[in-house]
Amino acid sequence: MNTNTETMAAKGSVTARILGMAAFLALVFVAVPMFIAATGRSDFYYTLTSVALLAIGAAGVWLTFYIGRINIGQGAYALMGGYVSAILITQAGVSFWLTLPLAGIFCAVISVLIGLPILRLRGVYFAMVTLVLTEVARLTALALPITNGAKGITSIPLPGELSVLGITLIPDFSTLQNPRQAFYMVAVALMVLVYLVLWRIVNTRLGHLCRSLQQNEELSASIGVNTTWLRILAYAISSFFGGVAGAMFVSISQSIYPSSFVVQDSVNFVLYCFLGGLGYVFGPMLGTLLLYFGWDLLSVFKQYQLLIYSGSMIALMLILPNGILSLLDKKEGGK
Amino acid sequence: MEQILANGLYLGAQYALIALGLTLIFSLMNVLNFAHGQMYVFSGFVCYTVVVQLGLPFIVGLVVAAVVLAVMGGLIEKFLFRPVIRRSKRDESTMLLAAGIAFFLDALILLLFGEKQRGIPKVVNGVFNWDFRLIMPYDRILICVLAIAIIVSFILFMQYSKAGRAMRALAQDRMAAQLMGVDVDRYSMIGFAMGAMLAGLVGALLVSITGVNLGMGGPTSIKAFLMIMIGGAGVISGAIIGGFILGMMESVGLSVLSSYGDVTYLLIFASLMIFLAIRPQGLMGKPWG
Repeated sequence: MNTNTETMAAKGSVTARILGMAAFLALVFVAVPMFIAATGRSDFYYTLTSVALLAIGAAGVWLTFYIGRINIGQGAYALMGGYVSAILITQAGVSFWLTLPLAGIFCAVISVLIGLPILRLRGVYFAMVTLVLTEVARLTALALPITNGAKGITSIPLPGELSVLGITLIPDFSTLQNPRQAFYMVAVALMVLVYLVLWRIVNTRLGHLCRSLQQNEELSASIGVNTTWLRILAYAISSFFGGVAGAMFVSISQSIYPSSFVVQDSVNFVLYCFLGGLGYVFGPMLGTLLLYFGWDLLSVFKQYQLLIYSGSMIALMLILPNGILSLLDKKEGGK
Repeated sequence: MEQILANGLYLGAQYALIALGLTLIFSLMNVLNFAHGQMYVFSGFVCYTVVVQLGLPFIVGLVVAAVVLAVMGGLIEKFLFRPVIRRSKRDESTMLLAAGIAFFLDALILLLFGEKQRGIPKVVNGVFNWDFRLIMPYDRILICVLAIAIIVSFILFMQYSKAGRAMRALAQDRMAAQLMGVDVDRYSMIGFAMGAMLAGLVGALLVSITGVNLGMGGPTSIKAFLMIMIGGAGVISGAIIGGFILGMMESVGLSVLSSYGDVTYLLIFASLMIFLAIRPQGLMGKPWG
């Protein structure tokens, strides 16, 4: 009897999850374009595309939070991914759609090399090293000849056609009437994919192991968890997301400079995670939406924009120090 | 060579002063104060207002800036950090709060003082010239001496006064300090106020030489983070050593590698990352502090 109700509840939650997912997809793919078409605010496309891409980067940061590390270096990987994509497109003539995973893989490989020594650090020490990493990435981009220094790489062509076996999956962006909308669709699709992957990771054995790392690293090592491997894996996945987000950004702005992603952006990624709530997979997405979109909406206040933005950030922190989604905790009677 | 060393010493003294405030706050509250650079800029503007717009002597500006920042630090601790630390599940949540305060101070500076670069007239005129081997304006020497004097008095205060001892106990072990009868809340607040005051002093000192502008806050914070990473987070001697090391490295690097532009900083950052991979707690720090 008891097990029966449990399976019933599980089934109920599965249906609820599928319904919630469908509602979310309908919202982002149908309702938002309709709303924008109705109001004529096509600039929202650009803002929301940015939100989707930043949310991908924030998802990576969230994953490093999940193993108990504060990662203030996502901007470095976004910059790296952007440059990899830009250089491959402009100098090797590779299709953008191929550079997207390549940028991610490049970042993941680099992050393994960097992560091996620095992932031994904890707490603020790790946080500060990653903060420095962002600065290193910017200065390296300035110094290397292939990145063209401070002038950056500009006039990168729009993404071309993506076809499999002669069937066009994504048309050439330069032939489209409304490339903004197309970018929005691609970015959101990418975001949904990333969060599905993230959700899957968290709810498998890997996720449980990561949680054990977050709680007590020595203890989980002592019962036979390969903590080094886990840390590297989580960090590599995180950097992969960062690289993909950066590469996508470059294709939208059609340019990249060493200052495209700076320390401020790295810090912002962390703030998105905090604001949404570290206990929930969808926290970073919500945090990104609120902070980035909120900042955009507050621009009507002109010179008071930053004052109101930061004031409400502080107020929010005072009311909900564990992030917005911690509201859900109370309903379930705490965690 | 003498010139490079003197420049390094001069840079190091001011850097050490910035790092001291940051490390004090970190050791007491486990808070990474992202707003430290903004506090420094704010105090520079306060000093500018007092000296240039009200026409008062520099020493008044220095004192006023220090007092304003100390009060601001105390209030920030009491009304913002304390409630958030009490209620949040993870220590790191204070980072969002600190970043929010940094943005808020930026906005405040923009509204109150505008975005222009501001400086005050030289405190003393003249240039010290030792046979053209070492050239240093007198006001820089004065600021350097003042900075070192402040550092020394800060160390003496922490070493011998009752409040200093209480704060050191707090930094070592919060719980044990509380059990020994240290008023934890009170000394946290005093510590935060002192950390902010040090940022205030350095801002007021430097406004007389380099001036201040709105954009200086963030980069200053990052440099201060670097220094306490080199020396070890939360250790006073570490902050001072880190400050002087960074000052020397910058001074030497900028003169030796001047033709390569920003390579100096790239080298500093890269060597710091290697150094930290080998010795994560910095020169003087305690592991996993």
